[in-house]
Amino acid sequence: MDIIVCVKQVPDTTEVKIDPQTNTLIRQGVPSIVNPFDKNAVEAALQLKEQHGGKVTVISMGPPQAQESLKECLAMGADEAVLISDRAFGGADVLATSYTLAAAIRKIGRYDLVLCGKQAIDGDTAQVGPEIAEHLGIAQITYVAKLAVEGDNVRVEREHEDGYEILETKLPVLLSVVKSINEPRFPTIKGKMRASRTKIPVWGAADLAVDPDCIGLKGSPTQVRRIFTPPQRTQGVVIQKETARETVVELIAKLTDAKLV
Amino acid sequence: MLFELTEDQIMIQEMVRDFAVKAVAPGVAERDEACFFDRALVDQMGELGLNGLGFPEQYGGTGTDYLSYILAVEELSKVDDGIGVTLSATASLCAWPIYAYGTEEQKGKYLRPILEGRHMGAFGLTEPNAGTDAAAQQTTAVLDGEHYILNGSKMFITNAGEAETYVVFAMTDKAKGLKGITAFILEKGMPGFTFGKKEHKMGIHSSITMELIFQDVKVPKANLLGKEGEGFKIAMTTLDGGRIGIAAQALGIAQAALDHAVKYSKERVQFGKPICANQAIAFMLADMHTKVEAARLLTYRAAWLKQQNKPYSKEAAMAKMYAGDIAMEVTTDAVQIFGGYGYSAEYPVERLMRNAKITQIYEGTNQVQRMVISGALLR
Repeated sequence: MDIIVCVKQVPDTTEVKIDPQTNTLIRQGVPSIVNPFDKNAVEAALQLKEQHGGKVTVISMGPPQAQESLKECLAMGADEAVLISDRAFGGADVLATSYTLAAAIRKIGRYDLVLCGKQAIDGDTAQVGPEIAEHLGIAQITYVAKLAVEGDNVRVEREHEDGYEILETKLPVLLSVVKSINEPRFPTIKGKMRASRTKIPVWGAADLAVDPDCIGLKGSPTQVRRIFTPPQRTQGVVIQKETARETVVELIAKLTDAKLV
Repeated sequence: MLFELTEDQIMIQEMVRDFAVKAVAPGVAERDEACFFDRALVDQMGELGLNGLGFPEQYGGTGTDYLSYILAVEELSKVDDGIGVTLSATASLCAWPIYAYGTEEQKGKYLRPILEGRHMGAFGLTEPNAGTDAAAQQTTAVLDGEHYILNGSKMFITNAGEAETYVVFAMTDKAKGLKGITAFILEKGMPGFTFGKKEHKMGIHSSITMELIFQDVKVPKANLLGKEGEGFKIAMTTLDGGRIGIAAQALGIAQAALDHAVKYSKERVQFGKPICANQAIAFMLADMHTKVEAARLLTYRAAWLKQQNKPYSKEAAMAKMYAGDIAMEVTTDAVQIFGGYGYSAEYPVERLMRNAKITQIYEGTNQVQRMVISGALLR
């Protein structure tokens, strides 16, 4: 069973602070980590490989230092890694990113399963995974909390706020996984040593069958106008008068004041 | 002269730190409180390859250098030194003598399972009446055909009861004194090989310590480690390396106590200012920090000498003695900085102070270390 896992290197948001002047993230000195949900995806892939055999390939699009994240996945036990990196890919939004990653997956060729984390903890869009599936023209199931493969049949539990949805489909499929699917393993010393000595291939725009107009900033219809911290939600007000009538009168008065009714 | 760790060493240090923070730290207070030995946690360390640090890949090791192993013991000990010493007893005291003195068959049968993390190891030298005076061994081994018959007991044995493999010392010829001691490899489960009571200790509650009891234990000749009469040499050279492991444990304890004290002294407010604003506290911290750094340099240097195959016996003794002594001092000062809270088991420095004491005692008391150092100096 050949599995491709898409991972993203993200700033460790537990250590990110926001510049109160500019309302942007202070990235300086903040350590980079593998997006936690993507680690769950790697773990899921490794478990499937242990059950069914096959190969786990990890890919990431990002600057050269993103290879550190790929090495961490190799240390966990992934077989191969490819870094998708080129100045031409810079400034990509989710559409251009998913387009580029899909091109890389096509170049790898053989795969039964594509796994992603449900979203990245920096952008939080949860769009790249599903868009990759669209570009590849394969099925997708998001928010997977439980996963079993038998033959070419995939059975998953899809997490909802109030329960699970059980879905079945055929391979190939793209799945995005949630945190509760597993506990990512620690890398072994041997895995770490092997990963640190591995030279990770880098694919640029010239290596992929991509339309130059569809990659990077040029291929990105999304434009960020402003980044800001949403105002803190204030505590609700409880209106409790002597009688129901008085309470309603007070409520209506407040709503009217707020021009809501 | 370079005072920087290599990329590989930093990688292993960060990896073990990450493991210690995420997997070891959560249960530290419970293990201490309940004197609970967490075999699953120790097995997980084995699976990650920690037992194999500092040993060649040929025997199932990781092929990394010795300092990497010392860094791992230090990182574990910063979080739970009972777990740190569990690794140290397996790797330094059991795996190492088999690696250094064992036959290829013994390495295949006993060393590999340890280095691959499937087995734990232990070392049995100390007896009720043979502590510092190791030559006063009363455990005997008598050759009878293809077997040695062992009788006697060992006490204060780290990892006893849990370990699958034991390096045990016994008298094969009492008349020869030190030259009459022989080392053997024993397996848990050999008929007549049992364990006594679990020791109730002042500290290092997360490690397990028991008595070994031998009643007519038939040990195959193939399990003789080294040659007959070589036991004392094997024990002493093993302890030379073990001392660097204990130095790393003590260093981890001291660093943890310093880190807690620095944090607390910034947070604790008395008379309207954090207590670190008082020079009485700040200067204590300065002294603690300096001691920790000096202990680190001695420890890393001893490890470096060992991996360079240079003589390291004296330096290992210095590192163990100094790191053990300053671990006691630094943890005592940390408790002092915490004041009443430091005396409470609610805060970690109480445990650190209890645990530090053992590093001045085992693998040769710090008085024995001074004998080793002065002996080398005055030779």
